[in-house]
Amino acid sequence: MKIFEFIMSEGFFDMFLDIVIIIIKIAVVVGVAMLHVMYATWAERKSIGRMQVRMGPMEVGFHGLLQPIADGVKLFFKEDIIPANADKPVFYVSPVIIMMSTLVSLSVIPFFDGFVVANINIGLLFILAMSSIGAYGIVLAGWSSNSKYPFLGGLRASAQVISYEVAMGLSLVGVMIMAGSLNLQDIVKAQAAYPTGMYVVPQIIAFFVFVVSALAETNRTPFDMPEAENELVAGYFTEYSGIRFALFFLGEYVGMIVMACMAVVCFLGGWTLPPFIVKIVPFVESVPFIGLFIFLAKLYVCIFFYYWIRATVPRYRYDQVMALGWKLLIPLALLNILITGVIKILA
Amino acid sequence: MTLNQVFFGYFAFVIVLTSLLVVTRKNPVHSVLWMLIMFFHVAALYLFLNAEFIAAIQIIVYAGAILVLYVFVIFLLNLKQEIGDEQRVGEWPVGLAIALSIGLLMLIPMAGIKVGMMGKWGVKAIEDETHTVALGKVLYTDYLLPFELASLILLVAIVGAVVLSKKKKKVEGQ
Repeated sequence: MKIFEFIMSEGFFDMFLDIVIIIIKIAVVVGVAMLHVMYATWAERKSIGRMQVRMGPMEVGFHGLLQPIADGVKLFFKEDIIPANADKPVFYVSPVIIMMSTLVSLSVIPFFDGFVVANINIGLLFILAMSSIGAYGIVLAGWSSNSKYPFLGGLRASAQVISYEVAMGLSLVGVMIMAGSLNLQDIVKAQAAYPTGMYVVPQIIAFFVFVVSALAETNRTPFDMPEAENELVAGYFTEYSGIRFALFFLGEYVGMIVMACMAVVCFLGGWTLPPFIVKIVPFVESVPFIGLFIFLAKLYVCIFFYYWIRATVPRYRYDQVMALGWKLLIPLALLNILITGVIKILA
Repeated sequence: MTLNQVFFGYFAFVIVLTSLLVVTRKNPVHSVLWMLIMFFHVAALYLFLNAEFIAAIQIIVYAGAILVLYVFVIFLLNLKQEIGDEQRVGEWPVGLAIALSIGLLMLIPMAGIKVGMMGKWGVKAIEDETHTVALGKVLYTDYLLPFELASLILLVAIVGAVVLSKKKKKVEGQ
C-alpha cells in the first residue's frame, strides 16, 4: 500500500515529470547533434574541395546534399569484419567508449539561456574528464585489433592526448579564474559583464593554447598522427569496418563539435552578443531564440576553422608534436595563469 | 528504504564486484577495464557526499591519467606469456585465510564507531558555497602549510624521476 501511496503522491508526479523533460531534452540534443555531424562531413568535403579548386560531392542530390545519407546507409549495410585474433569484448566496446564519452559531454553545454540538459557546478571539469575517457577508446581499439598499424596508432594517440590534455586544462584555468566558477552557464554570464562580452580578448594566450590543443585532442590535422594514413593505413581504426567504423567517425565529429562548443562557451561569449552591439541594435534581444542562433553562428565559425586548418597546414612530425605541446603550450598556459592571477588580485 | 539507499547499495555492490573482477582476470587489459568501471562508481559515491569537485578529479586523475599509464605499461609486457602463466601460487589458501582474518579484525571496531562533532562545513554550507569554493577556501587558509608541503613533496618526486631517467654522459676515453 505504501508504494501505491507514494506513486499517487505529488512528489512522485513531479519527479516523473522531471525525468520525462530530461529525456525529451536529451533526445533533442542528440538528434540535433547527429544532424550536425552528418552535415559537418558534407560541409568539410565541400569547403576543402573549394579550397583545392574542386567541386566536392556533386552527384547525390542538389550539390551533393544527400551524400551524408547515402554514406550512412552504405556504412550500415557493409559487412562487419572482425580480425581472427582480436580481443573481441574490447574490440566491441572501444567504439562505444568513444561515442559515449563525446555524446555525454554535450549534456553540460548550455546552448542558450536556460537550456542545458544537466546544469552542474563542475561542467568544465566534467568535459575535461570525459575527453580523457575518450582516450581509452582509441588506445583499446588499437590494442584489441591485434595488428601492428592500429597498435602504433593507439600508442601515438595515448601519448598525444595525455600531453595535450595538460595544456588544455591549464589554458582553461585562466577562464576559471576570471569567471570564478566552473559552471558553464555562469562562465557565459560572467563574460556578459565584460566590456567586449568575450574572454577571447583578455585571455588571448589561453585561447591560442586552447585552440591548438583542441585540434590535437580531436586528432585533426596537423596533429592527426594517430591516423596518419600514409604511414599507418588508417591508424587505430584500420581493422574496423561497417557500422563500428561509423561509430568512430561519429565519435570523432561529435568530439570536434564539443570542442568547438567549449571554445564558444568559454572564450566567445556563448549565446550572448557583445554589449556594444546590443547598444547599437537593441531590438535583437527581443527576437525569439536569438541566443540559439548566435550560439550556432559562433559554432559554425569554429568548425569552419577546423576545415580551414586541415586544408592549409601539413602534418607535423611526431617529435615536433610532442615538443610543441610540452615546450611551448604548457609554459604559455602557465604564464597566462600567473598573469591572470596577478591582475585578478590587483584589480 | 529510500531512493538514496537503493543507489548507495547499487554503487557499493558494483564496486565490490568489479574490484573482485580486477584481481581475478587473467588478462591485465581486462583488469584495467574493470578498474575503470570501478573508478566511475567510486566517483559516484563522492557525488553522494556532495563532493562534486573530488568526483571530477577522481575521473580526471585516476581514470584519465594514471590508468592510461597502466595501460601503457601493460602494452609493453609480453601479454601472450602473461595469460599462459599459472595465475595462483600453490599456497593461495593460506593467503586467503590471512586476508579474511585481517578483514574480520577490521570489522570488529566498526561497532564502536561514533559520529564525530559536526564541523563548520555541513551539507547546507557546502550547498550554499558550492563544493569547489568550499574546498579551495579550506585548503588555502586553514590547511595552507600541509597543502604546500604536499606539493613540495610531489615536486621532489617529479625532479627525482627526471634525474633518474636522464641519460648519463659517457665518461671520456670509453
